[in-house]
Amino acid sequence: MITVSHYLTLSSVLFILSIAGIFLNRKNVILLLMCIELMLLAVNFNFITLSRFLGDAAGQVFVFFILTVAAAESAIGLAILVVLFRSRKNIEVESLDSMKG
Amino acid sequence: MEALIFYFFGSVLLLAGIGVIIARNPVHSAMSLVLAFVTSAFLWMLLEAEFLAIVLVLVYVGAVMVLFLFVVMMLDVNVERNRAGFTRYAPLGIGLVMLIVGMLGYVVWARTQEMNFLQAPPRAAADFSNTEALGSQLYTVYVYPFELAAVILLVAIVAAISLTMRRRPGLKVQDVARQVAVRREDRVRIVSMESDKES
Repeated sequence: MITVSHYLTLSSVLFILSIAGIFLNRKNVILLLMCIELMLLAVNFNFITLSRFLGDAAGQVFVFFILTVAAAESAIGLAILVVLFRSRKNIEVESLDSMKG
Repeated sequence: MEALIFYFFGSVLLLAGIGVIIARNPVHSAMSLVLAFVTSAFLWMLLEAEFLAIVLVLVYVGAVMVLFLFVVMMLDVNVERNRAGFTRYAPLGIGLVMLIVGMLGYVVWARTQEMNFLQAPPRAAADFSNTEALGSQLYTVYVYPFELAAVILLVAIVAAISLTMRRRPGLKVQDVARQVAVRREDRVRIVSMESDKES
C-alpha cells in the first residue's frame, strides 16, 4: 500500500539530491540550471501528490503555472548563457566577477 | 501492482537524479534529466494527473531539454577544468544537505502516522477526464492567473530573442524609413545639354 508519505519521501530525496548537485557542480552554470529544474520537479511532485490525496484539483492548476514559469526561466537563462559565452568564451561561475560583488 | 510500479519508477527516478549531479559530461547530465522527467511522468500518471504527465513529457522533454542539449553542444565547455575544485566545497555542502535531510526527515518520517490519515480517494472511473476537470478549474477560477502566465511566456520570448539577436557589421539590409522618406531631388538630376546635330 503506497501512502502519502512514500510519495513525499521520494520528492524530498529528489530535492535533497538537487541541492547536493548545486554544491557539487559549483563551476558549471548549465549544470546549476539543470539542478534547478530537478528541484522544481520535486516541488511539482509534492503538489501533485497532495492534490491527489486531498482530492483538490487546485494543486494541479498550480503545477501548470509552475511549468509555465520554469519554461520561461530556462529559456531566458539559456539565452543569457549564450550571450555570456560569446563575450567571455567560458561559462565558469568564478569568472563572473566583473561587478565586484 | 501499484507498489511495484511505484518502487520501480521511483528507484529509476532517484538513479537518474544521481546521474544528473555526478555525470562528468554535461550531455550525460542532460540525458539523465530527460530520464528523470519521463519516469516522473509515469509516477504522475499513477497519481491520476494524466494531463500534467503528458504536458511534462511534451514541454520538458520535447522543448526545454532540447534547448538545454542545443546549448550544451553549442558551447564547447572545457569539462576537465570545470571539474577542478569538485571537493573544495564538499564539507559545506554535506553539512547543508544533512541539515535539510534533518528538517525534511522530521516532517516526513517522524510524523508519518499523522500524515497517513490522508487516505487516497478511490480511483476515478475509466471515463473520468482529468483534462476536463483541470480545464474547468483553469478557465473559471484561475482565468486571470492563466492570462498572466501567457504574458510571462510572451515576455520570455521577447527577452530571449532580444538577448541573443546580434547585428553583424556590414550586413546589407533595407532601411525602409529612408526609402520612404526619399525625395525627387535626392535621386534625379536634370541636366540641360545641347542635343547633337547630325552634320
